[in-house]
Amino acid sequence: MGSRLFQALADGVLGGGVYGLMAVGLTLIFGVLDIINIAQGILVILGSYLSYVLWAHLHIDVFLGLLITIPLMFVLGVAIQWFFIRPLRGRERTSMSLLASYSVAIIIEGLLYQVFGSNYQSIQTKYFTNTIKVFGYYIPYIYLYGFGLAVLFVAAVYYMLYRTQFGRSVRATMQDQTAARLIGIDVNRVAALTFGIGVAVTAAGGMVYGSINSFSPNSGADLISRLLAIIILGGMGSIVGALGAAVIMITLESLVDVFWNPNWSVVVFYAVLVLVLVFRPQGILGRKEARAQ
Amino acid sequence: MSASRPMSASPMSASPMNASPVRANAIWRIAAAVALLAVVAAVPLTSNVTLVHVGVFVLMYVGMAVSWNIFSGFSGYISLGYAVFFGSGLYTVAIFSKHLNLTGSTVFAFLPVGAVVAGVIAIPVGLIALRVRRHTFVVITIAIFFIFQLMAYNFGFTGGSAGILPPYLNWDPNTFNNPFYYIALIVAVGSMVLAWGIWGSRFGLQLRAIRDDEDRARGLGVKTMRVKLIAFVISALIAGVLGGLYFYFQQEALPEFAFNPFLDLTIALMVFVGGFGTLWGPVFGALLLEPYLGYAQLQISNSYVSEIVLGGLFLFVILVLPRGILPTAREKLTALRAGQQRRSAAKGASPPSGMTASTVQAGSGSPSTGSMR
Repeated sequence: MGSRLFQALADGVLGGGVYGLMAVGLTLIFGVLDIINIAQGILVILGSYLSYVLWAHLHIDVFLGLLITIPLMFVLGVAIQWFFIRPLRGRERTSMSLLASYSVAIIIEGLLYQVFGSNYQSIQTKYFTNTIKVFGYYIPYIYLYGFGLAVLFVAAVYYMLYRTQFGRSVRATMQDQTAARLIGIDVNRVAALTFGIGVAVTAAGGMVYGSINSFSPNSGADLISRLLAIIILGGMGSIVGALGAAVIMITLESLVDVFWNPNWSVVVFYAVLVLVLVFRPQGILGRKEARAQ
Repeated sequence: MSASRPMSASPMSASPMNASPVRANAIWRIAAAVALLAVVAAVPLTSNVTLVHVGVFVLMYVGMAVSWNIFSGFSGYISLGYAVFFGSGLYTVAIFSKHLNLTGSTVFAFLPVGAVVAGVIAIPVGLIALRVRRHTFVVITIAIFFIFQLMAYNFGFTGGSAGILPPYLNWDPNTFNNPFYYIALIVAVGSMVLAWGIWGSRFGLQLRAIRDDEDRARGLGVKTMRVKLIAFVISALIAGVLGGLYFYFQQEALPEFAFNPFLDLTIALMVFVGGFGTLWGPVFGALLLEPYLGYAQLQISNSYVSEIVLGGLFLFVILVLPRGILPTAREKLTALRAGQQRRSAAKGASPPSGMTASTVQAGSGSPSTGSMR
């Protein structure tokens, strides 16, 4: 009992950190651009595949490989924003951008199927096979390193937002786009770079995800729905909220998984989302009507 | 589609001509609509099995696109949870026909039950989801969709991932498709008539007011929650019938096809291609896209290519024709007519010229109120 509880909590907290990292990218994009990047889930899987290719074919260590995959994903993010999101104008912009990123997601998913097929892959490194024994339970190193990486990245994003000139422009854009434009902030540039950063973190998230789980191009749909649930619960646009909600939700899921039935753990996940929204439509940490229509 | 114009094309009837040509025009259009309907209804007489098979799908998608648009298009709430009601109707019909051992044409008797169950499920779902707006609403519908898909996988009465076996329909394969074709036709035409009725009604205007500015609509006395919920339930009822029909037609009740995320996306794409929130855009979009999708399924053995094409097409529409084909075309046509009238009026150099131009301009804004901005 105790060891199972510990296992559930460890899985939840450590895994939740990784989900938190992916969700931070999503919530950052939402905060600045006021759009939801539906492609975030499949981009995480693309990150997993990139790490997989580097590891399986070029025998590059997965953590070292991030030096290649993160800039790649950053460029991809900026390109997606520049070509498909930025041109959208007018009143229906928000719903249009949702559908545009959905289309990007299907295209990437189709390409991944085309290149890698529909079979499940996994990145089996020594980080997964080597374990550390804590309270009689074996934790693979990847969980610890992945959690550490997530904390590092979230801290970096946080530092960037609150301690740099660029972060100041990002926060100004989040608060009021028109006013930010008036005081001379290049809003288009901020939007493109933010989108790039939000997508770049998926490279790290994808690497850890792919090292822990087996994945196929189909995994993106499952991921994005979890990430969306997490950022809604955390209050859209709130970075701390996204992290907290990720840890809470993944812990809850793994508790249900261990103590009840793995089949129902995902249902509980969404049911909590629906329940919370019945009582607090703005999420746990969200401000009321922060961005009302 | 020429037959479709009289209902929404108020600019024509608003033109300052005397009444008789307008009435003649309307009679022409009704005649054209009846003729078109007769042609569509005669398709099974060709006894071309493939054609009728494709026709069933086209008509089902017309019904789905139109009913999706009744809620999402008119109110502006983009729902990606339409498959919840499609799947609920499908499973309801499947469970009934399994336990009652239905055979022969009695199988269709339970389609309305599927609709009712889907409609009843829509009430609590709507009460929860319609409290939030915009992005959050879209995400909630996706979350509810996944809950339903997972329930279909995990509950005992749905047969889990093995699904439910359909009744054996030992009909002549040559005419097997025909009853499906006519039911799908009735549902499609029924939803079109319903959409048309709603469009101009008080209820439809309230819905469109919500789309334009919900807070103001509420301030003006629209009971927004009730209006949204009714439209949501209407949309779900039609989804339920079509889900039940799909069960008998495709002879399967599997969680991944009953609750298929691509269904939501395809329907949304059809509506956006044709014209989101317009009266005839969904019909046009479904007629345009479903033959392609059906063809792609049959001809392109690699389904991933058609997935990529679908995504690319969607992006193209969003970036190039964000308001859809029909509204854009109608606007161009109106501009062309206005130009012609101005030219002919300038030749005559008479005072009504200014009035004509302004009437046409005012009329051009009406077909799809909100999207014009």
